[in-house]
Order: sequence, then C-alpha cells, then structure tokens
Amino acid sequence: MADSNGATENILEAIQVRKEFGGLIAVNDVDFVIPRGSIVSLIGPNGAGKTTFFNILTGVYKPTAGGVIFDGTPVSGLPPHKVTALGMARTFQNIRLFHNMTALENVLVAMHSRVKGGIWRSIFRTPALKREEQEARDRARELLAFSGLPGRDDAFAKNLPYGDQRRLEVARALASGPNLLLLDEPTAGMNPEETANFTEFVAKLRAEHDITVLLIEHDMRVVMGISDRVTVLDYGEKIAEGAPKEVQHDERVIEAYLGSAATS
Amino acid sequence: MSDQAGPQAPKVQDRSTVSSWRESYRRYRRGHKWLNWAIPLALVLLAFSYPWWGLEGPLAFIFNDGLGIDNDTLFNMSIYVMLALGLNVVVGYAGLLDLGYVAFFALGAYTLGWFGSGLFVNRDIHFLDTNAARLPGIHLSFWVVVLLAGAICAFAGVLIGWPTLRLRGDYLAIVTLGFGEIIPDIFRNGDDIGGHNLTNGVRGLTQLDRPGFGENIHDASGGILPVRYTSLELRPWYFTVLAMMLITVFVNLRLRDSKMGRAWIAVREDEVAASAMGVPLMRTKLWAYAIGAIFGGFAGAIYGSFINGIFPTSFSFQISVIVLVMVIVGGMGNIWGVIAGAMLISWLNFRGLDKIGERIGSLPGVSDDFSIAKYKFGIFGALLVIMMLFRPEGLIPSSRRKAEFAEGEGTATLYDVRT
Repeated sequence: MADSNGATENILEAIQVRKEFGGLIAVNDVDFVIPRGSIVSLIGPNGAGKTTFFNILTGVYKPTAGGVIFDGTPVSGLPPHKVTALGMARTFQNIRLFHNMTALENVLVAMHSRVKGGIWRSIFRTPALKREEQEARDRARELLAFSGLPGRDDAFAKNLPYGDQRRLEVARALASGPNLLLLDEPTAGMNPEETANFTEFVAKLRAEHDITVLLIEHDMRVVMGISDRVTVLDYGEKIAEGAPKEVQHDERVIEAYLGSAATS
Repeated sequence: MSDQAGPQAPKVQDRSTVSSWRESYRRYRRGHKWLNWAIPLALVLLAFSYPWWGLEGPLAFIFNDGLGIDNDTLFNMSIYVMLALGLNVVVGYAGLLDLGYVAFFALGAYTLGWFGSGLFVNRDIHFLDTNAARLPGIHLSFWVVVLLAGAICAFAGVLIGWPTLRLRGDYLAIVTLGFGEIIPDIFRNGDDIGGHNLTNGVRGLTQLDRPGFGENIHDASGGILPVRYTSLELRPWYFTVLAMMLITVFVNLRLRDSKMGRAWIAVREDEVAASAMGVPLMRTKLWAYAIGAIFGGFAGAIYGSFINGIFPTSFSFQISVIVLVMVIVGGMGNIWGVIAGAMLISWLNFRGLDKIGERIGSLPGVSDDFSIAKYKFGIFGALLVIMMLFRPEGLIPSSRRKAEFAEGEGTATLYDVRT
C-alpha cells in the first residue's frame, strides 16, 4: 500500500479483480501485483482472460468487483485517458495504430496528456506554443530513433512493415510518458531474430528509462528470458505465480497448457 | 471487426509513383519558402478585388454575365464556404457525421433576431447599434451580435453534443438528423413559450439590424467604412463575409496543425487507441462540435442580416445535406478542397444551373420553358454518385484521405461503426 510520500513498493496492485460478461466469468477474483522496476509476464492458454485483465488495468473495462491501485491511486472505473495520464501506457494485441497518420504524428498524439497546447494558443500560435510544439517533435523523433525507426518519421503508419508497426506502437506508448508499460503479445508474428531484438529492447527500456513492464506473451523463450515473475491465468483464475523456473514446472500450468493427460 | 492490420505488404512503391507530381510540387514549394505567404496573399487580393475585375471591368463578361456570379451569388457562395469549413472540422477532421448542421446556422440567425431586431418590442436596450433612429427592442452592435451568435452556438453545440457524441457512426448521424429537424421546429413554434414570443413563429423576423461602423469610425476612416450597410450598396457585405470567411480558413488551418487537430484525426482513426493514448474522447469531440457550431453561428448572423428576414422554413434539412455534399465533393479534411467544393456547389445551386438552363433553352429545337433548375436535386444526387464512383476522395483530397482511399482493402470506411 501507499506509504506517506506516495511512492509504493508495488507500482500496481490488483485486488480481487472480477469481470463478468453476462454469465461468463472472464476474470475470477484475481490478486496481482507488479513490483516497481520489474518485468512481469502474464501467460495462459487462449481465452484465459489475459487481455480482459489488461483491459481492466488500463480502464477500458470497469471491473465487476475488486479494484486496481496504480502508483497509490485507485484507477478502476477511471476512463482510459485518465489512466494514461497517471503514467500507464499500453500496446494492443492486434496493432491499433492511427493508420492514416504518419509515424511522427502517431507519437505526437500520445503526448496529448503531456503537452498543453490549448485551443486559443494554437489558433494564435504563441511563441510558447511554438517552442512546446518543437520540443514535442524533437522528443518524438528521439523516441522513434530509440525504438528502431530512425528516419521513418513521415511514413504513413500503415505503409510500415509489420515489425516496424509493432515498434511504432511501443514508441507511441512511450510517448505518453509511462512508468508502467503494458505490452499485449508484442512479438506475435515476429520471426526469431526480430523476437530476440525485441526482447533486448524491452530489457533496454527498463535499464535506460526506468520503466516497469507487464507483458502478455505466448513465446516462452521471451517469457522465460526476461521476466522476473510470471503469472499464469487459466479460465480467468490465477493458477500459478512465481519465478519463471518455478512456474515452468508447476503441475497445474503444464496441465492447463497440455491437458490433464500430460501430468499423469 | 477492429482494424486487423495483420502482416500487409508495404505499398510505398506504387503510391510514390501515383503521387509523383504531388511530390515534385512539394519539393518545389520547399525550395521556395516565400510562396508560403505569396500564394495565400495573392488569392486574398484576388478575392477582395473581385468587384473590380469580375463584377465590372475586364472579365465581367465571363464572371458576371457568363457565369452569373453577381453580388448576391458572391455573398451566398461565401456564406456556404464558411458553413462548409465549419462542418469540415466536425466531419472532415473529427469524423463525426453531422446531418443537422443547419441547426447552428439557424441559431446564429435567430441570435441576430433576439439581439438585433424589434422582436422584444417592450424592451429598450441599445449598445453601440448603428440604426438611424432609436428603435424599440434590443439592439446591440452587429459585431457584438456576431460574437454572441458564435458563443450561443458553441454552447448549444456542447449541449447537443453531450448526450449525442457518445454514439458512433450511423447512430450519431441519425441523432444529429433529429436535432437538425427539432431546432427549426422549435423556432416555428417559439411564438408562445410560456406566454413569451421568442421567435415570432411562422411569420418570422424581419427588419433586422445591419452591420455598420457608426458615424465616428466612418469619419475617422475617411468615409471608407460605412455608417451602416444598405441593400443598395452590396460591396461592404461581400467584403465583410469574405473577411469572416478568411478568419474561418485561418482557424481551420491553425487547428489542423495543432494538438487538438491531431487528436481529432486520431479519434476518427481509432477511438479505443486514441483514448488509450491519453486523448479524452468526449472533450475532443465536443471541441470539434463546438468549433463547427461557432462558424455556423457566424454565418447565420450575417446571412439573416443580409436577407433581412429569418423564417423557420429557411433552415431546412436540404441545407445540412448541401453543405455536407460540399465537404464530400471538395475533399473531406482538405481546406482548399472544401472551399472549392463549396464554391462549385453553391454556384451551381444559386446561379449555375439557371445559367446552364438558359444556355440549353436558347439552343434551337429546345422549348423555351425548359428549366434545368427543376432537376436540381436529381443533378446533385447524380453528381454525388459519380464522385463516389470515380473520385471518392474528393476534388482536392488531403494526403491523408488520399492514402485512405488508395488502400482499397476494406479498412477505408468513411464512418467507423466498428468497435
């Protein structure tokens, strides 16, 4: 829980989070914490409720019961843009870039909650606004270069190759100035080399930008390679949690992935 | 059915050849920075000097006689350019299909009725008005009324937008259509609201205040700025509406390249992603709606004054549709396209079809009472269908729209009803 000066040991705590869609229980009373500065993975078979859980954390869904505390602030029920303003950013499982905007514009949009740029000042284009806009553009270019997209500023997002689109999504998420970055299956569709590069990139993110990362991932090499902790969901319930090695050998996890015959 | 981008072949190659002339033009412009202000300046001067080269003078035989662009038509064309640019913010930038835009045009006009006519005959409130005599009623300076019209329309935009902008795509279109019908109805029946006559009902409002600068400014400007505008001297009207139009263009341009402009496009592209990137959806959409409404209000106020009559029947659904057609035909989101579209359609609407009809009527073997204007809406409909088939991105599309339509893989829906 939050101590007096607001800094918490866990950057995010989900307490007894539950989400029902009609009769379907997508997330069933899950307790979950992300220690500050760690890389945590959320895994589970298809349909285990990982993305639903993600959507609850980021404010897209309101949980049926339970709550989420981010950086000492309760965020369940807040709209996504407010959660983003508090310092949580995400990417999407199926890339959701602004396809008809350039790479640079995509990144600039994500700075929305960080730059002032009011309507009147935009119309009269005050010196302060010009300066701010220039700073935002410089920062956006830096981020694109950092994310492995140097010189692609003016390319329309949809004209970028698939791997670059994934990178742009991360650059865009970083532009919102997050303390916690949520990546939803970031390596889906990548070849082994791209995946290896990406894994390195995530490690670099934590090292250089001091960002905590929550990862939904199917590729076990990625999960086992960079996670400090792994949480396993199955049918909306948390069935295991711990260091990658422990989880790998957990019977319930093996059962969930391979079926009950595998454990007998 | 969300945007499944999936692995897709980059189409950089063929797109660059398609737009090669555009590219070389851009390169030329980049090398000649002075054109950035020289071209707009030349266009503005051309527009302001029209009375001397188009109405009278060397080219009058083409523009005034041939095309029929006289003072009246010119004024109406400028009004519609303003309306189209206002709607462009809502439809072109933010992607909110608004079928009830005429409501703000009407509200702007009625604002003039409230604050610049003898409607409230028992009141005696005057503020810098330029009427010849002290008339009964509320008479504020016309320029104050214009600003008020903008403010009232912005407020009404937020009020209407608050419940409706939660809807998406087709649903929003239907609700705005409803509001577009309701508001003229309120004006029609507003002559007895709790015993108060607020709109004079079907009889409408006449004897409206006209713009003017008053004696002092008239004298100070050496007689250039008129004391009050009259229905005999139409040039001041044209210059005024042109200046208002230029303000609209300016604001459109500045907002397009601002933080808000980017947010509008992001919301149009993908609401869920925009919201996840920190863009407040409701506020962003409300701003688009309010700013569109402001220009509708400005246009309404000066239109009411020029026509010198405001009637509930003047603000029909047709106007909403025609303004929307202007935006679509011109090229949604592109300011120059929208201006061109608005000028073309409004010219056809007010004079062009008549002129074309006259020409055809004078041909041998065509009966004298041949009228093409009868088929006006049929012609506009056909024009729209042809545009959608052969150039769906509009006459002068924005590069973004162009890219959208070049795609051709089902992601290019105009209005997003997905997610």
